[in-house]
Amino acid sequence: MNRIIKFVILDILKNRIVLIYTLILAVLSWSIFSLEDNSTKGLLTLLNVILLIVPLVSVIFATIYQYNSAEFIELLLSQPIRRKKIWSGLFVGMTTSMILAFIIGAGIPLLIYAPAGIGLMMLGTGCLVSAIFIAIAFLSAVLTRDKAKGIGISIMLWLFFALLYDGLILFLMFQFSDYPIEKAMVGISALNPLSLARILILLRLDVSAMMGYTGAIFKDFFGTTTGLLISFSLLILWTILPYYFSLLRFKRMDL
Amino acid sequence: MKITTPLLILLHFSLFAGAKTIHVGDTYPVRRIQAAIRQAAAGDTVVVHGGIYREGNLVIDKSLVLLGMNHPVLDGQKKFEVVSIKADHVVFDGFTVQHSGYATLSDPCAIRVHHGNGITISNNILEDNFFGISIQFSKNCLIKNNRIRAYGTLEQEIGNGIHCWKSDSLQIIANNISGHRDGIYFEFVSHSVIWRNVASDNIRYGLHFMFSNDDAYMVNIFSRNGAGVAVMFSKGVKMFSNVFEENWGDSVYGLLLKEINDSYIQGNRFINNTSGIYMDGTNRITVEKNIFGGNGWGMKIQANCTDNTVTHNNFLGNTFDISTNGTLVLNTFNENYWDKYEGYDLDKNNIGDVPFHPLSIFSVIVESYPPAMLLFRSFMVTLLDKSEKIMPTLTPDNFVDNMPLMRAIDL
Amino acid sequence: MIELKNISKNFGKLTALDNLSLQCHAGECIALIGPNGCGKTTLIKCILGIVLPGKGDILFKGENISNSFQYREHIGYMPQIGRYPENMTVGQVIEMMKEIRKSSALDEDLLNQFKLYALFDKKMRTLSGGTTQKVSATLAFLFNPDVLILDEPTAGLDPLSSEVLKEKILAEKKKGKLILITSHLLSELDDLVTQLIYMQDGKIRFHKSIEALKRDTGQDKISRSISMILKSDRHE
Repeated sequence: MNRIIKFVILDILKNRIVLIYTLILAVLSWSIFSLEDNSTKGLLTLLNVILLIVPLVSVIFATIYQYNSAEFIELLLSQPIRRKKIWSGLFVGMTTSMILAFIIGAGIPLLIYAPAGIGLMMLGTGCLVSAIFIAIAFLSAVLTRDKAKGIGISIMLWLFFALLYDGLILFLMFQFSDYPIEKAMVGISALNPLSLARILILLRLDVSAMMGYTGAIFKDFFGTTTGLLISFSLLILWTILPYYFSLLRFKRMDL
Repeated sequence: MKITTPLLILLHFSLFAGAKTIHVGDTYPVRRIQAAIRQAAAGDTVVVHGGIYREGNLVIDKSLVLLGMNHPVLDGQKKFEVVSIKADHVVFDGFTVQHSGYATLSDPCAIRVHHGNGITISNNILEDNFFGISIQFSKNCLIKNNRIRAYGTLEQEIGNGIHCWKSDSLQIIANNISGHRDGIYFEFVSHSVIWRNVASDNIRYGLHFMFSNDDAYMVNIFSRNGAGVAVMFSKGVKMFSNVFEENWGDSVYGLLLKEINDSYIQGNRFINNTSGIYMDGTNRITVEKNIFGGNGWGMKIQANCTDNTVTHNNFLGNTFDISTNGTLVLNTFNENYWDKYEGYDLDKNNIGDVPFHPLSIFSVIVESYPPAMLLFRSFMVTLLDKSEKIMPTLTPDNFVDNMPLMRAIDL
Repeated sequence: MIELKNISKNFGKLTALDNLSLQCHAGECIALIGPNGCGKTTLIKCILGIVLPGKGDILFKGENISNSFQYREHIGYMPQIGRYPENMTVGQVIEMMKEIRKSSALDEDLLNQFKLYALFDKKMRTLSGGTTQKVSATLAFLFNPDVLILDEPTAGLDPLSSEVLKEKILAEKKKGKLILITSHLLSELDDLVTQLIYMQDGKIRFHKSIEALKRDTGQDKISRSISMILKSDRHE
């Protein structure tokens, strides 16, 4: 397995798109942190980067990379290697490279400029979001053999998780505001990795406002160590599940 | 302090010519303070040397100067009110007073002043008492440089640090109070100053201030108190250069103003509170040159507040700068610096050319439906907020700073 | 050495392989021909485990290959169009394959004859189609496998390299290896193959040795023999 990881990382780290992605993240983070005199605005910009750009780039790049390496995967398949090893090698290789790109681009300025708590939380969620959307890309890549369709599915999933989902919750909230739906809202939010990531960062970023509410369920849930552990487990689950389903499909797939 | 105490002593010597000094301690003829007080005449000085004194309730009923050397400990053994001052012009300096009794009816204190005039209580350490210092029906008292600490956990099981009631012309200076119910409690106290105190980690309020007119409190630090600071039902209150920080929780406010009129809030720092200032039924207040930083809500202004002026403040890194519960706006907000302002300044006069609407639609939503906070900073909500900022439809459009500053004010 | 028993494979409504059975033995050099879409590539991919057959069994050296991957260390495969991670150099690709195969007995003939050492630092994306084919060919022969599966091996190669490759195939044939070649250039196959499989619509139309084929049709070129057969079919 590690042989494939090594070569995939070697390949992706030299990929022009990944280099540009790293560069853009770096330029963006360094400039917002050094230009703004208070770090809050910079953090807000980075929050949007983590919630919108990181998943978008991860999911599209991973999908395209998957389709582009179809022949390479075929070549690997003709070698004496287990399918699982090929798939996990690709996944770990790709995830490591994208996380590395994120850490180099955004992580270092985060650690330097942001308060430690927020910086680490953003770094952690950013890495997990990268992994999650690569896993989602793997899933959409095995769902269809048509490259255009696969990219389409990926973008739709991104659109759904990054933009529409919260709109949906907002709508539900307005519709059912007379009912005690707080718990349900927390539950529904936790089902979307990006909402969950956003709330986790929010608890650090807007700590005065978020932790201010007593009796509010999300403080009691997300604010505790257990809640934090559960949240991160959910995010990790969001990485594992799509990957696992893609693996099941890949094992049975014709190339 | 080290200068003023001898001065005061000198003052007493000069007032009462021929005054004598009585020493109390293990190695002196007089071993009990109460005995010394009995021997002394008004104007005398009692010097108490280090050691532990368990004298039940120590009553000072003459105008004496009591000086503690090496912090002699007066222990109330959890049964007594430790020191009762029942004469004018008493100086009580340099003691450690601990373990007062606990009773909900008589409210035993470490040090109680009743109908006193010109009392000085300074440089004492108060440890683990029910009430710390209580001043009632008194005038011209100086409470200075005391360290008052208790370890209360429940509001009803602990008294206030400095409790002032129906008094006038008090000076509460440089005390450090923590772990009491209210750090400093003012009710019916007028013409007084509260200056350079630190009230932190008290169960309820750092400063609890009611029906007290024409007072000033300045350069105090109020941090991590259970419910912040409450100033209520008063007028002519000057609040200058205080720090309100890290008061977190539902209905916890850096500064709660209720029914306050004709007052000034100037040069204060409201940092990392759930709500910086909460204004309820306040009129003609000037909020000027303060810093609101890192609060959940910089200011919450209820709709029943009128003619208040908010000007030349810095709003930095608050989740919401302002929120309100109504649509009527009878207050003015001008020439503040809002870090959320994204306008431009073509004529370079440091005043933004487009007005700023500090009230975000989402803060209005959250006001009526708190769980919505869960969606904060999501794309949809940001979109909603941005569009509302450009074209206010739901938020009152006269809730506006017409002259937002481009740069933060140097405060 | 390779035995296919009643293999069927559908891609949706399309039947790629239809109840196909086949036996290949060591020492044979088999040409797999047929019109486009007749199932040649699917057949090869089934043997390689890249495509999983819907029905039937494939035995390699007597062992069923389903859920097995080890058998592939005995196969060298040269794809029709080799695509490699574009940022890797020729050297890295060969290095990677060596690491995957972990084989000690390397056959570096083609590596030397194609002079690939000179290109070791070149990135894959900068290579021409022909050079990429040389890399593919080299990789197929590199590990001295018992079975060689070559999908359009000479397509895109210059005549000189094409000749080199053919020589190599002949040499391996002599060593008693099983060689499976698909090609459209029938003229190229004349000197190479011992047997010929003609596929159509997912079935084997015929499977004959070259001698039998030439004898039956009275032609001395494979291409002519086949066209003869196909013409006679049409007349029937």
